[in-house]
Amino acid sequence: MERVLELAKKVADEAEVFLASVTETPVGFEANRLKRLETRESISLSLRIIKGGRVGFAATTKLSDPQTLVQMAVDTARFGVQARFTLPSHQAYPKVEVYDPEVGTFPIEDMVELGNSLMAKVRAHTPELLCDAWLTKSVGRVRILNSRGGEASYRKSLFTIGMVGNLIRGTDMLFVGEMDSSCRPITDLTSLTDAVIQQIELARNTASVSSGQLPVVFTPHGVRSAFFTPLALAFNGRVVVQGASPLVGNEGKQLFDKRLSLRDDATIDYRPASRRCDDEGVPSQKTALIEKGVVTNFLYDLQTAALAGARSTGSGDRAHGGMPSPSVSALIIEQGDTPFEDMIRDMKEGLVVEQLIGAEQGNVLGGEFSGNVLLGYKVERGEIVGRVKDTMVSGNIYHALKELNAIGHEARWVGGILRTPNIYCSRLAVASKG
Amino acid sequence: MLVTERIRHQVAQALKGQLADYIEIRIEEMKASHIQYRGRELEEIGRNTSLGGNVRALVNGGWGFVSFNELDGLRGKVELAVRQARLVGKEVSSFAPVAPVVDVVEPEAGKDPTAIPLAQKKGILDEYNETIWSTPKIQTSVIAYGELAKKVIFANSEGSYIEQTKGDVSVRIVVVARDNGDVQQAMLSVGSNGDFAFMPGLHHQVKEAAQRAVALLSAPHLKGGEYTVVLDPVLAGVFAHEAFGHLSESDFVYENERLKEIMVLGRRFGGEYLNIVDGAAIPRLRGSYKYDDEGVPSTKTYLIREGVLVGRLHSRETAAVMGEKPTGNARALDYHHPPIVRMTNTFIEPGGVSFKEMVCDVKEGVYMKNWYGGMTSMEMFTFSAGEAHMIRNGRIEELLRPVVLSGNVFITLENIDAIGNDLEMSEGGGCGKGAQYPLPVSNGSPHIRIRKCLVGGR
Repeated sequence: MERVLELAKKVADEAEVFLASVTETPVGFEANRLKRLETRESISLSLRIIKGGRVGFAATTKLSDPQTLVQMAVDTARFGVQARFTLPSHQAYPKVEVYDPEVGTFPIEDMVELGNSLMAKVRAHTPELLCDAWLTKSVGRVRILNSRGGEASYRKSLFTIGMVGNLIRGTDMLFVGEMDSSCRPITDLTSLTDAVIQQIELARNTASVSSGQLPVVFTPHGVRSAFFTPLALAFNGRVVVQGASPLVGNEGKQLFDKRLSLRDDATIDYRPASRRCDDEGVPSQKTALIEKGVVTNFLYDLQTAALAGARSTGSGDRAHGGMPSPSVSALIIEQGDTPFEDMIRDMKEGLVVEQLIGAEQGNVLGGEFSGNVLLGYKVERGEIVGRVKDTMVSGNIYHALKELNAIGHEARWVGGILRTPNIYCSRLAVASKG
Repeated sequence: MLVTERIRHQVAQALKGQLADYIEIRIEEMKASHIQYRGRELEEIGRNTSLGGNVRALVNGGWGFVSFNELDGLRGKVELAVRQARLVGKEVSSFAPVAPVVDVVEPEAGKDPTAIPLAQKKGILDEYNETIWSTPKIQTSVIAYGELAKKVIFANSEGSYIEQTKGDVSVRIVVVARDNGDVQQAMLSVGSNGDFAFMPGLHHQVKEAAQRAVALLSAPHLKGGEYTVVLDPVLAGVFAHEAFGHLSESDFVYENERLKEIMVLGRRFGGEYLNIVDGAAIPRLRGSYKYDDEGVPSTKTYLIREGVLVGRLHSRETAAVMGEKPTGNARALDYHHPPIVRMTNTFIEPGGVSFKEMVCDVKEGVYMKNWYGGMTSMEMFTFSAGEAHMIRNGRIEELLRPVVLSGNVFITLENIDAIGNDLEMSEGGGCGKGAQYPLPVSNGSPHIRIRKCLVGGR
């Protein structure tokens, strides 16, 4: 890395080298039994330079040829975007724990056993369920070095476990599933198995809803599949500086329900999205995005912060070692005060949405979502009566989250990037093949 | 690029004397560039190269897989994969026999997009950006251009040795129009299997997308419900891919007894005029190749013929388990991943109905065009249209806000009641399955009409 930086400094005004390496060990189960063991090693080295005020970028997996890497970056700098930022010099970083050595040494045999017992527990409840399961442990290292003396380096571990189960009756297919991830080994399977078994229980009968405007409760998974992407886009610095986010010009305004608060947080110990600094070496932080319904801030990396006249929120992210761009770390929706049972009891006719498919295919930028209810339940006179099928839910987050019926009193992590309670919307368009 | 003589020797040495039912080694070298504009400005330009490989081993029905960037110590990596497979394998391996192949597939002339100077590419993209920004009411836009060229070396323990080169070019353009809090977007997505020739000729399509984004601001919402829909070739191609293609991928089926009953060959899915095909052997499309990532020669496979299920897509393992022939559909996104069963070029064959005839007897319906995205859970699928118009009394009328169409495969295919005579392939799509996205594929169809389709809306 030092060698790349040296070479780059000779031909460019500023330079930044980013090295990421990871070793992953996935264990895969198919059709209720162990199917594969894998080891995946990968490394990527990227170089960003500023030359003549313009940004050049190149990346490679070949560590042995720094000269070519520098030349590729120089080639692109001719056409690159004007650099509005300066690279961070030496920084003090917050203490954020994301490495547990027990992940690396966690025995493969124990991973196999965890996978087997996860499937066994769920199948003890429903023997005809056909399960796929996976566990992955990974250990990685990130190092950043720049020409202004900035330097950051940290190790990170990650442990993931999940399953999907499939139940077919006639041509009716039911998919249930749950996953969890952490920087530490996950050995308690109770919350996973409870969640899957609850899905099976609630989906036992089928029911049909009427088309029209209905109240809808989104479970944490439902929130993920309907609201996450439009929210992540709307607060993204790149979208914001272009004025393409519907939130632009609405800072400080009450755009959402008074009980709704949302923040981005990369500093929680042992969470998969946490880290001491972002991929540009800017310290991680908590960023309030919505406070009591009022839009307060956006997520920026160095370049977009400079364009917006703001400060980087430590949100510079490099997918697969690419150019940094602003990205959500972990979105956290503040919990409210209403138990799930109270939301259900409140509905005369309504829906519980656990999973939508295709919700992110429409005009996501405009806040719209429209998806098929892959897993969801009908509520009739205050009780869940069965699973709905051939049903679509559509809406716009700027209307749906403006006035909520209630927010759940407990929050849960979904997929490592979102922590949310249940969200109870008053009226959404439901279309059904009833 | 790679010195193949040396690699060939290394690979042969690494495979020698290993005890497994089957072992394969894949080595890939890749170069790629991307250029991205956001708004009036170029936002990102970058180049990258990579070299890596993997080993996959099969022992007693269990798989081991090792991927890496460092090519040294290949023999040790093979041994690790075999050890892993041995730990897993408790049964008998099922793996369909395929004759070993030794072949060096020469690259087609003019198929290395990385050979064209960056300045020329940027010049073309500048023109498109100009086209977009000469349209009033545009708030912002994204132009994402990407290209890659790679060489893939494949060898297995049965004596196959194959070298192939692959190219890919794609451009995705999103135009965003805004009117106060209302934001609308229109999209254009095109690609090729490495041929750059299509890139300079998109002015008209770009202009049309920009105008559509603006027009959507004043378009009304559709009321959600059941409609008769007419799909254009682009969207009908996505429909063939999402609604049926994924269900034909045998890795979903081969170990699932219930699903095998549902997907039994001979089952009727649609009318006699319905034919759905997939095949990498169809040349010069984005999903075309000579050998798949298990070294199996590509084929053209009828999935549905005259409305009846007659075939499905296989890897060597799924073919053996189901007692059918391999179809050459095992594909890996890159060397980080093992091959899984994937589609290639999927399309509905043309019928005899003209577009005019198809629309003329629709009293109230929706004409849906262009592609936004699609997703399936096997039984249920959704896909979204970039453009939709009301059909009233046989006439295409006002533009609507984007709509999402959803359905149940077992009902929807039966409800196709007209298939057009105007097959077109579309090469803008990237398919995702598991963690492997975006895999280059193409989809196609003539115009089709479907009765009683569930469309989401206000």
